[in-house]
Amino acid sequence: MKPTDIKDPEYFHRVVDCQYACPAHTPVPEYIRLIAAEKYTEAYMVNWESNVFPGVLGRTCDRPCEPACRRGRVEEEPVAICRLKRVAADFKDDPRAHMPMGPFPANGKKIALIGGGPASLTVARDLAPLGYELHLFDEQIKGGGMMRSQIPSFRLPESVLDEEVGYVLDLGVHAVFNKYVESMREVLAQDYDAIFVGTGAPKGGDLPRLPGRWDAPDHIHIGITWLASVAFEHTTKIGKKVIVLGGGNTAMDCCRTARRLGGEEVTVVVRSPFETMKASPWEIEDAMREDIPILNNMPPKEFVVENGKLKGVLFEKVEAVYDESGRRKLIPTGEPDVFIEADDVLIAIGQENSFPWIERDLGIEFGQWDVPVLNPVTFQSTLPKVFFGGDAALGPKNIITAVAHGHQAAISIDLFCQGQDVAKDRPAPTVNLIHQKMGIHEWGYDNDIAGDLRYKVPHLEKKQSLHDRKLEVELGFDPATAFREAQRCLNCDVQTVFNTSRCIECDACVDICPTSCITFTMNGEEEDLRTRLTAPANNLEQALYVSEPLKQTARVMIKDEDVCLHCGLCAERCPTAAWDMEKYLYQVTKAGQGCNTTLAV
Amino acid sequence: MTYIKPKFRHPELPVNAVGYARKDYEGAISTLCGGCGHDSISGAIVQACYEMAIEPHRLAKLSGIGCSSKTPTYFLSNSHGFNSVHGRMPSVTTGAILANRDLIYLGVSGDGDTASIGMGQFVHAIRRNLNMVYIVMNNGCYGLTKGQDSATADLGSISKGGVPNAYMPIDLAGMAIELGASFVARSFSGDKTQLVPLIKAAMSHQGFAFIDVVSPCVTFNNNPGSTKSYDYVREHLEATAAVDYVPEKEEITISYGEGQTADVELHDGSRLALHKIAPNWDPHDRLSAIQRLHVAREKEEVLTGLLYLSKDNETFHQFLHTVDQPLNTLTEEDLIPSQEVLAAINADHR
Repeated sequence: MKPTDIKDPEYFHRVVDCQYACPAHTPVPEYIRLIAAEKYTEAYMVNWESNVFPGVLGRTCDRPCEPACRRGRVEEEPVAICRLKRVAADFKDDPRAHMPMGPFPANGKKIALIGGGPASLTVARDLAPLGYELHLFDEQIKGGGMMRSQIPSFRLPESVLDEEVGYVLDLGVHAVFNKYVESMREVLAQDYDAIFVGTGAPKGGDLPRLPGRWDAPDHIHIGITWLASVAFEHTTKIGKKVIVLGGGNTAMDCCRTARRLGGEEVTVVVRSPFETMKASPWEIEDAMREDIPILNNMPPKEFVVENGKLKGVLFEKVEAVYDESGRRKLIPTGEPDVFIEADDVLIAIGQENSFPWIERDLGIEFGQWDVPVLNPVTFQSTLPKVFFGGDAALGPKNIITAVAHGHQAAISIDLFCQGQDVAKDRPAPTVNLIHQKMGIHEWGYDNDIAGDLRYKVPHLEKKQSLHDRKLEVELGFDPATAFREAQRCLNCDVQTVFNTSRCIECDACVDICPTSCITFTMNGEEEDLRTRLTAPANNLEQALYVSEPLKQTARVMIKDEDVCLHCGLCAERCPTAAWDMEKYLYQVTKAGQGCNTTLAV
Repeated sequence: MTYIKPKFRHPELPVNAVGYARKDYEGAISTLCGGCGHDSISGAIVQACYEMAIEPHRLAKLSGIGCSSKTPTYFLSNSHGFNSVHGRMPSVTTGAILANRDLIYLGVSGDGDTASIGMGQFVHAIRRNLNMVYIVMNNGCYGLTKGQDSATADLGSISKGGVPNAYMPIDLAGMAIELGASFVARSFSGDKTQLVPLIKAAMSHQGFAFIDVVSPCVTFNNNPGSTKSYDYVREHLEATAAVDYVPEKEEITISYGEGQTADVELHDGSRLALHKIAPNWDPHDRLSAIQRLHVAREKEEVLTGLLYLSKDNETFHQFLHTVDQPLNTLTEEDLIPSQEVLAAINADHR
């Protein structure tokens, strides 16, 4: 293998599994250490700079970081990253002193932001300090988009959302609410230098051809529409018996909301096996804790309506069969159909993009499924001054992805408005590698590996929380538990950096490494090397760190990054400091770098 | 921190034939200097015991005083241990072997503990052919008292103090062969591919198995001018043969294209496969081993590998005609002769 090029910013970035997995690449270990140090405001700002909505995401994020967490590979469960983020938001002081403060000198450019959700707000946050005049339009009464309309308040209190949307709008964004933009042509006719579309995926999936669907329309609802109607208090109750169709997070939000609006027997029915449900495991767990059964392998056959009144739904029983190519088919088992009584049915079977307001002769091309044709890096559409982001861009994903899109679209818009090439002139990430040694046994980070298992977040008593849909179920960690959970973090951003010329091949690092990551051997091809290491190296997603040939034996040092604890013992035992622990900070560069607040870390 | 080793280990570590993982053979975190050769030897002992599937309670580790003799704390935490007086490890081991012949005895010593204060003990342990593995962690200096030259320091070798050593060195391996040790090898702490099979072979051997392991003192004797530094040893390394330890039931699958290959049988049925054997050397011929050692000294080579292995040898218990049962398990009933036997003995003396 070729020696590893640690100057490539992506190499060590990959080692920080959580940060690498995060669409916005939030420096997770960095803020977890700040939380452990009770520097909640600073921890909040590390988040805010990267993901704009720490309080919201600390409650609602899809957490791609957690399955990636290295801790999950050395013990049972990953660090509760998401809930620690919330701790930063819960215990911070007023962060505004750390945020950019307007009024900012105008740069003479005007941008329209269509939609007031996470993507648009991120673009606004990044561009406002650069002097852009930002006009944001949204059909809802307040900003936040789907965070406001689709996420129930028992998961995300309105106050948290208001606060974080406020931080963005207070940068001097001209927000126009209660305004549904009806025509892109009209927007283009105004003198905007660029237009950003962040209108989400507003169309909820339906079952239009299922018998009976249109016979009792008042009692068969589209999940996201119904959730919005609850959020804006147009809907305040539901029948006692409720069926929720679908197995995603929206279905979980629907069934739990229904429980709070008078639903006594709420049942979730999914067409496929339980194991393949799209909802996050913790959302499923929370729903089941609220006495909501989830029935699987039952696709709906018919809405049973008698005399204009909904009686229930008839389901077929199926089983999942996989063919050779792994494709799934749902085959009827031949068992009798199942009828479940219902007063109301909520259909939560996915959502789609929808752009009825964009005329198709403007030069904005649309591809399959009514999705705009975009450059996936720049988010520029085929009409150069129009950019897309969030669910509106590449189909429905999640908030953190929308934020990541927003940052990239903001860079594109800035480059575009400054006459630069949106693809070629994109800024490289900022990286920083800092030596951590402070003494013989002292490091600039806490390298003692805590053995604690993952701490559970306390919940509000069920009886109480089912009574009021606005009461938050999860109570968050208290500072003491947060500290203990933070100590579970392995500090994967503190990198083991190897200096070949200093190594005397004494094997001290090999002998001390608790997880047997290090091997000195003759070089070879990766496939062959992986069979010759001190411990099995079967995780092909994790890199092997390979040194230059060593001067005494011409062997190479090979470190399997997979289960390195970043405990620093290799560096501590190394007599020549050939190993060093260096803190690696990788930051996605923002538009104009205008949001890089200076932190006293 | 960091006097504590994290508890987590590689999640996919395999277990050996008796169900233990490598971690079950580890000890406390080392307090020796980082980079000390002794830590590597500890690592090799752990590896060898793991690979041989030794049940930890079947082994006793004994040591004297010195950096080397601290190491039993850093391996085999689940085994028996005795940290004795300076240079007196052989006597304590002799007693232990007498009392319980069933255990595997691993004596760990250093060049000071063996070649100076413990020399008298060492030579007599060899003469008795105690059934033990005797490892000397040989760094050519007194590391624990700040690096004075030891009795194994080569003539002219310069330690961190900067003064060339004026005395002739004691070659412990040569001396062991001379005194009739039945298994003699030399190795280097920085070469586990050789050291691990040698330790395994030594443990399979019945009788006194001596391994002199050159083990650089990274703090006081790893400087230019030293003949026991990592780079000097690596530059002057010469092996009698490449060694592979082959457990009892396994067939030899590795074949070498070049050079001679020989198969040396050990007492428990396992074998040591020797490859690329040096010319004019026969592992069973004491003379050729001594000659090879002398040639190496002339050429300033650090000769490693198996040096000598006797084909048949009697061990201490055989000399003494003791019973097969460990003496410490003999009861009063076994030991006190019956009235009739006593009468017969007395009658013999009348």
